[in-house]
Amino acid sequence: MFWQQLVNALWLGSVYALFALGYTLVFGVLDILNLAHGAVFMWGAFFGLLAVTKLNMPIWAALLVAMLGAGILGIVLDRVAFRPLRKRNAPQLAAIISSIGASTILVSLAQGAFGAQVSRFPFDTLPAQVFTAGPVRVTLVQVIVFAVSLVLMAALLLFMRRSRSGKAMRAVAYSGRISSLLGIDVDRIIVTTFFVSSALAGASGVFLGLAFSAISPFMGAPIELKGLAVIILGGLGNVPGAILAGFLLAATEVFGVAYVSSDFRDAIAFTVLILVLLIRPSGILGTAVERRA
Amino acid sequence: MLTQFLTDIWLVYRSVFEFALIGSALGLSIYITLRTGLLSLASAGFMSIGAYVGALLTIHLHTPLLVSVLAGALAAGVIGLLLGLPVLRLSGVYLAIATIGFGEVVRVFMLNIDNLAGRTITGGALGLNNIPRKTETWHLVLFVGLLIYLFVRIDRSRTGRAFDAIRQDHHVAASMGINVVQYRNLAFVLSALIAGAAGVFSAHLTYFVSPNEYGFNGAVRILTFAILGGYLIWLGPIVGAFILTFLPELLRFLGPYRPIVNGVVLILAIIYLPRGLVDPTFWRKVWRQRGKPPSPPPLETSSEAAP
Amino acid sequence: MTPDAPLLQLSSVTKHYGGLAALNQVSFEIARGDIMGLIGPNGAGKTTLLNVISGLAQETSGTVLFNGGDITSLPAHRIASLGIARTYQNIRLFNEMTVEQNLLLGRHTRTRSGMASSLLLLPRQRREERQLRDDTAALLQRMDMLARRDAIAGELAYGDQRRIEIIRALAADPLLLLLDEPSAGMNESETEQLGRFILDVRNQGVTILIIEHDMNLISQVCDQVVVLNFGEVISQGTPQQVQSDPLVIEAYLGQEED
Ligand SMILES: Nc1ncnc2c1ncn2[C@@H]1O[C@H](COP(=O)(O)OP(=O)(O)OP(=O)(O)O)[C@@H](O)[C@H]1O
Ligand SMILES: [Mg+2]
Repeated sequence: MFWQQLVNALWLGSVYALFALGYTLVFGVLDILNLAHGAVFMWGAFFGLLAVTKLNMPIWAALLVAMLGAGILGIVLDRVAFRPLRKRNAPQLAAIISSIGASTILVSLAQGAFGAQVSRFPFDTLPAQVFTAGPVRVTLVQVIVFAVSLVLMAALLLFMRRSRSGKAMRAVAYSGRISSLLGIDVDRIIVTTFFVSSALAGASGVFLGLAFSAISPFMGAPIELKGLAVIILGGLGNVPGAILAGFLLAATEVFGVAYVSSDFRDAIAFTVLILVLLIRPSGILGTAVERRA
Repeated sequence: MLTQFLTDIWLVYRSVFEFALIGSALGLSIYITLRTGLLSLASAGFMSIGAYVGALLTIHLHTPLLVSVLAGALAAGVIGLLLGLPVLRLSGVYLAIATIGFGEVVRVFMLNIDNLAGRTITGGALGLNNIPRKTETWHLVLFVGLLIYLFVRIDRSRTGRAFDAIRQDHHVAASMGINVVQYRNLAFVLSALIAGAAGVFSAHLTYFVSPNEYGFNGAVRILTFAILGGYLIWLGPIVGAFILTFLPELLRFLGPYRPIVNGVVLILAIIYLPRGLVDPTFWRKVWRQRGKPPSPPPLETSSEAAP
Repeated sequence: MTPDAPLLQLSSVTKHYGGLAALNQVSFEIARGDIMGLIGPNGAGKTTLLNVISGLAQETSGTVLFNGGDITSLPAHRIASLGIARTYQNIRLFNEMTVEQNLLLGRHTRTRSGMASSLLLLPRQRREERQLRDDTAALLQRMDMLARRDAIAGELAYGDQRRIEIIRALAADPLLLLLDEPSAGMNESETEQLGRFILDVRNQGVTILIIEHDMNLISQVCDQVVVLNFGEVISQGTPQQVQSDPLVIEAYLGQEED
C-alpha cells in the first residue's frame, strides 16, 4: 500500500512539477501571474493528440510537436495579452485580468474546435505494459511520464544555470531595467521565457492526457488552480521550489486520499494554498518577505 | 400596436433583464473591493454560500423570500469577515490567489458535504433543483436600487473618500489616519453581503443551484462586468453587467464559440479601456471640453509586488 | 506632562535595511513650537527617519515618544490620529482627485460620521460634511489657494502641488508637521515665499520637522538643526553652529568628491 502510493505520488508529482515550473518561471522573470498557463497546457495535449491521430506520428514526435505548438502559443499569448500592458507599464493586477481573458478565449476556441466531449489517445499509442514488483504496479506510461518529466526539468535547470540565455533570464528576473542597461536583449529573453514555459506546459498536457486517458477543453482548469497551490508552496517565482512543491502536493493528495478520505482530495490543494499564504507567503524555500498592510 | 410590440419585447427579454440585474449586483460586489485596490475573486464563492443557505431555508423551513435573502447575505457576510481578517493582510497577486483558493474550497465543500454528513444536504454535483420560484422582477429592481442608494451615500461620506484614497496610495492614506485594514475589511464584508443576497435571489429565480455554477468561471464572469464597465463609480459594473448579459443574446450566431466574447472583452477592456467604459474623470474632462487623456493607471503599481 | 516637555523625543532609533543601517542610534528632541531642520548628504537616512516617525517604516530598535506617549510600534494611522502629519519628497497627492477632495481626506482624523450615518441620512452627518467643507475652504482661503479648490490635483503646477500637499497635511490640525524637502524644484523667489509660509504655519502653533537641502531656507526658518550622515547624528545646534561645524563641512565635502 505505502509503496504503491509512493509510486503514484512520484509520477503525479512529476507532472505537477513540470506544469508549475513554467508557471512560476514566468512570474519569476516577468512578475506576471499567467492564469492562461492551464489553457496552454490543454492546447498542448490537443496538439499531441492531433499529431498522433491526424498525422500518425509516433508519440515521441507528437510530444515534440505539442511542445513546439504550445511554445509558439505562449509567444502569441505574450504578444496579445501581456506586451501591450508592459508597454504601458500597467499594474500587475492588469496582467492577471488579461491572462484570465486569454484563458477564456483559448478554452472557448478549443470548445468550438473539438467540442466539449472527452477525447483520448488511441490505445496503441504506447504499449499497455505493466511492471509489478511485489504488490506494487507501475504502468509503462507512468514510468515514461516520470522519466521524461525529470529529464525536461533537469534540462531546464541546466539551461538556467549554464546557458547565456538562461543567465540572462535570471538577470531579467532580478531587474529588467538593469539588464537592458547591461546590453541584454530583454524582449528576446521574454520571448524565450514564454516559449520555454509554455513548451513545458504543453509537455505536461500530453503526459496527463496519456496517464489519465482524458483530453478535453476543460482539462486545464483543475491543474491551473492546483498549480497555484504548487507555486505558492514553492514560493512565487522560485523554480526549484516549484519542483519540490509539485512532488509535495502530489504526495499529500495521494496519501491523504489513501489514508483519510477521497471526497476532499481537491480541497487539499486549496487548504494548503491558503495556509501557506497565511503562514509563510514566501513559500517553503523562500526568504521572509516583509508584510505590511 | 406599440404596446403589443413592447409587451412582446418584454416577454422575450424579461429573463435576460433579470439576469442582468443579478449580474449588476454581483458586479457591484466586486466593484467595492476593486475600489479599495483589492483584486478579490471571492464573489462567486460568497454567492454560492448565499444561494445554498437561502435555498435550504426556503425548502426546509418555508421561510419567506426576504428572510432567506437576509440569512443568505448574513451567512456570506460572516464568512467574509472570518476570511477577510487573515487574508486581507495579503496584497496584490497574493490576495487574488487566496480568493481563488477560497472559491475552490467553497465549491469542493458544497460538492462533498453530503458524503461527509451521510445525508443529503446540498445534493452534491446535482445541486438543489426543487427551489420554488419566488424572485420577481421588481424584487431585483428594488434590490439593485437599494444598492445604488448604498453606493451613492458611501460616495458622499468619509468612508467613500477613504476607499478611493486607499486605492490610489494606501501608504499615504494610512499616514492621513485612515485605517487601511479596517476599511478593506469593511469593503470585503460588504462585497460578501451583496454577493450572498444576489445568490439567494438567483437561486429563487432559476429554481436551481449547483456547486459548479459558482466556480472560477463564475468569478471571472463577475470580474468582467466591473472591468468592462469600470470600477471607479457604481454605474460602471451595472453598465458592464447589462452589456455582457445582453451581448451573448445578440451573438447567438457564434454558436459554440460564444463564450469567447467574455475573454475578448476582458483583454480589450484591460488593454484599451483600463478604467472601464464609465470613467468619471474622462467624462468630467469631456464635460469641461478639455482634451488631455486620463493619466496614470488607477490600480496601484509596483509597490504591491510583494505581500 | 509639563507644557515645556519636548513634543517629540527620539531615543537610539535604529533602522536596518538588510545589512545596511539606514539609521543608527539616532537621538534628539524637538521642543514644542520649534522648527527643527534635518539635513545631511544624499542617502543619509533623513527620509527614513520621517518614515519611522510617521509609522510608514518600522524601526529595528529604539523608541519614539510623542506628546508624552510611546508611539514606537503604533501603526501609521494611529500615529496620524495622535497629531502627526507629513508631506513626501516626491509629491504624493491623490492626483485624480480635486484639491478639495485631497483636503477632505487630510481632515479624515477630525471627522466621525461614516457610512452608517450617511446611509441613514442623519443630520449629524450632513452637518459634519458641511462643516468639513467650510473648514477646508477657510484653510485654503487662509493659504491664499481658494481659487484652486476645484482643480484636479495632478493638473496643478508643480509649486502649487507642493503647497497643496502641505495644506493637506495642515488640514489634519497636526501638532507636528513633517516636511520632506518642500523646496525641491522651486526657484529662489518661490523658496523664499515657502519660508514665509512655513513661519506662518509655526505661528499658528504647529511644531515642524523639515528636511531641506537649501541652507538659506534652513537659516531663514529653523530654530535648531540636526545633521545626519550615514544614519548617525553628527551635529546638532542652531543653523549657524552646524554650518561652521567641521564634521558637517567634511560630510558635505566628502559627498562632492564622489
Ligand atoms: N525601503 C528601503 N529598502 C532598502 N533600503 C532603503 C529603503 N529606504 C531607504 N533605503 C536606504 O537607506 C538609506 C537612506 O535612505 P533615505 O531615503 O532615508 O536617505 P535620504 O537622507 O532621505 O536621502 P535623499 O537626500 O537622497 O533623499 C539609503 O542608502 C537608501 O538606499
Ligand atoms: Mg530623502
